[in-house]
Amino acid sequence: MVADSALTVVLVYPELLGTYGDRGNAVALRRRADARGLDCHLVEAAVRDPLPRTGDVYLVGGGEDAAMLLAWEGLRSGHRLQDAVDAGAACFGVCAGFQLLSREFTGPDGEPHEGLGLLDVRCGRLDGPRAVGEVLADSDHGFLTGFENHQGDAHLGAGTAPLGRLVRGVGNGDGRTEGAVQGRVLASYLHGPVLVRNDGLADRLLELVTGPLAPFRDPAVLRLRQERRAAALSRPGARHPHLRRRSSHRP
Amino acid sequence: MTSLLPQHRRDAAAADGVAADLAGRPRPPAVGRSRRVATATRLGHLAEVSSRLSGLGAGGVIGGRVLLALAPGAVPELARGRSLALVSGTNGKTTTTALLAAALRTQAPVDTNADGANTQAGMVRALAAGDAATVVLETDEGWLPWAVRQTRASTTVLLNLSRDQLHRHHEVAHVARAWRDALDGAEHVVANADDPAVVLACLGARNRTWVAAGTRWREDARVCPRCGHEIVSDDGGWRCRCGLCRPRPQWWTEGDDLVGPATRLTLGLGLPGAANRANAAMAVAAAAGLGVSPEGALGAMRTVRGVAGRYEVFATRTHSARLTLAKNPASWLEALDMVGARSRPLVLAFNSDGVDGRDPSWLYDVPFDGLAGRPVVVTGRRATDMLVRLEMAGLHDVRRAGDVAAALSLLPAGEVDVVANYTAFQEARRALGHRCHGR
Repeated sequence: MVADSALTVVLVYPELLGTYGDRGNAVALRRRADARGLDCHLVEAAVRDPLPRTGDVYLVGGGEDAAMLLAWEGLRSGHRLQDAVDAGAACFGVCAGFQLLSREFTGPDGEPHEGLGLLDVRCGRLDGPRAVGEVLADSDHGFLTGFENHQGDAHLGAGTAPLGRLVRGVGNGDGRTEGAVQGRVLASYLHGPVLVRNDGLADRLLELVTGPLAPFRDPAVLRLRQERRAAALSRPGARHPHLRRRSSHRP
Repeated sequence: MTSLLPQHRRDAAAADGVAADLAGRPRPPAVGRSRRVATATRLGHLAEVSSRLSGLGAGGVIGGRVLLALAPGAVPELARGRSLALVSGTNGKTTTTALLAAALRTQAPVDTNADGANTQAGMVRALAAGDAATVVLETDEGWLPWAVRQTRASTTVLLNLSRDQLHRHHEVAHVARAWRDALDGAEHVVANADDPAVVLACLGARNRTWVAAGTRWREDARVCPRCGHEIVSDDGGWRCRCGLCRPRPQWWTEGDDLVGPATRLTLGLGLPGAANRANAAMAVAAAAGLGVSPEGALGAMRTVRGVAGRYEVFATRTHSARLTLAKNPASWLEALDMVGARSRPLVLAFNSDGVDGRDPSWLYDVPFDGLAGRPVVVTGRRATDMLVRLEMAGLHDVRRAGDVAAALSLLPAGEVDVVANYTAFQEARRALGHRCHGR
C-alpha cells in the first residue's frame, strides 16, 4: 500500500517506546529504502496525537515500565494501529512493543493486561534472572543478531510462527524460539537496533509493502553482523527454559 | 576557621547550646578507629601497594575489597564524626566531585576518591586512606543508597539521572525509586530541579537546595517517575498531573553568570561547556551549604582545568588532541555541543567493555548528523558499531583505525577532538600520554 509512490514509516510513540535506540530501526528502513530509490518518509507519532492510519510500516519499540503502560493506553484507545494493519500496513514490535502487540501480556505491575491482539501470543514473565546479552538465531531472512534485555517471555499460539530458531540467548524463554510472525506483523525481543543489524529482516518488512526489492549489500553492516555473530557464539548455548512459571501466570 | 558542618546543623547545634563542640573541626577519626578497622585498613593498604607494584592496576579497589572483607562494618565507623558529601548522578559526578573538593579545601583538608573509583570498594578505600574532617565521595548511582545508609552523609549532591549501562541499571525510574527510599529523612540534598527523577528522589529529604542545572537530554524525562503519566514541559518548567513539578530553584546560571541567594558571580571556569557550568553551580550550592562562601568556592574551582583526563589537551609532534569523555546519550549530546562549535577533525573511540555497557543501541539516540562533512576516524573494539551508526546518519567517508595513534596518523596535522566512551577514554589517555605530554 505504498501511497503516492512514497513509503511512510511510522515510529510509534518514540518518546515512550524508545529506550533502546529504537529510532535506529526506522533509520535502517529508510536507508535500505533509499538505496533502492524509494522515497521514504519517517513520521514520529507522539502519544498525545492520533496515530496516523496511512503509514506503510509501523515500528513499536521498547519502553520502561510506566512508559509502556502509558503507550498501551494510547494504542488501545483508538484502535488505529489495528485498522492500519487491516488496511495492509506492516508492523514490527520490539521488546515492550512485542508484548503490546500480543493477545495478552503480564504488565510491570504483575497483572495480566489485554494486548492489541495483532499477534496470537501471550507474554508472561521469565521465572529466572533477567535475560541480558547477545542473541543469535537462525531465520528465513539470514541469521538474526541482537542484544536482549528483558524479563518477559512469549508463548506462541497456533496462528503465529517464531521469527527465529534460537542458537544463543533466551529469546521467547522456551530455549528454542525468538520472536513471532503473524501475517504482516513481526516482533522480537532483540535490540541492536535489530533492523540495523539484520538487513534481511529489514528488507522482509519493506517487501511486505513494496513487493520484491533489488539486492543491496552494505559492507559495514555485513562486517557488524559477522562480529556480533562471533560475539554471540562465544557465549554458552541457548539458555534453557524457565520451566517453572510464576503463579500469577495463566495458562 | 569556618566550620564545615552544614549551616542548618550549625544552627541547630547553636540552638542546643553545643555550638562550641560541633562548630569546631571534628576530631580526626583515625584516632578513634577500632583495632579491627585499623588492621583491615593496614592490610587493605598492603594489598593496594602489592597490586600497584605487580602492575595489576592502581590497586585502590582491591585495597577497599580487602578492607571490607576483614571489617565488613567499617564504613559507619570510618564516616563517623566527619563532614561527608556524596556526589552522584549519571553524568558529571567526577567533575563535580573535583570542583566541590577544590572549594572545600579553601577551608580545610579534604579526603576524596579523585581516582574515580566510585563503587563500594573505592569509597571505602577513600574513607580509610586519610583522616581529613571533610570527605567528598563520588558515588556510582547504583551504589548511592548503600552509601547514604552506611555513611549517613550530611550532604548529598544529585546531578541527573538518564539511561546508562542499561544492561546493569535497566531503568531510570527504578534507580530514582531506590534513591528516594534511601534519602528519606536525609539531612541535606543539593539537587537538580530540572530532572524529574532527581526531584522525586529528594522529596523525603529534610533540607533541599534546588539548582536549575538543566538537562539537554530530555528523553528520560517524558514520563513521571512517580505515577507514569506524561510530564508536560514548558518555558516555566515541568509538571505532572500527580503534582510532581519543578521546584523553584535557589541557584541557576544565566550565560556565564551564577545566580544564587543574594549572589551573582561570573563563573569563569577553566573547564568548557554548559554541562560544566551546571556542575559548577551544583558544587557552589553544596559548598555554600557547608559554610564556604560562593566567591571563595568559585575562586578555587576556576583553577580546575582538567579532571582525570577530561578536556586534557595532548600535544604530539603533529597533532594537538583534546580528549573528551562521552559515555551515554546525555553526555554525547553535551560532547557534540562542545565539539560541534569547532570544525576540527574527529576521532571517535568506542568500546563496550564492562562499565561501558554491553548494549550500544543507544548510539541511535545521539544525533550524529551534524558531523557530516567533517573528517572522522573511528577506533575501539566496537568501532564497527560506531561506523555503521555514522553511516546511518549519512556520514559515508568515515575511516577506521586500530587505535587512537593510528587514527591521528590518518588526519591532517593540527587540532583534533578525540571523543571516547569510558574504557576507550582510559586507553586513549594512556596512549596519548605515552606519545606526548598533556597540557
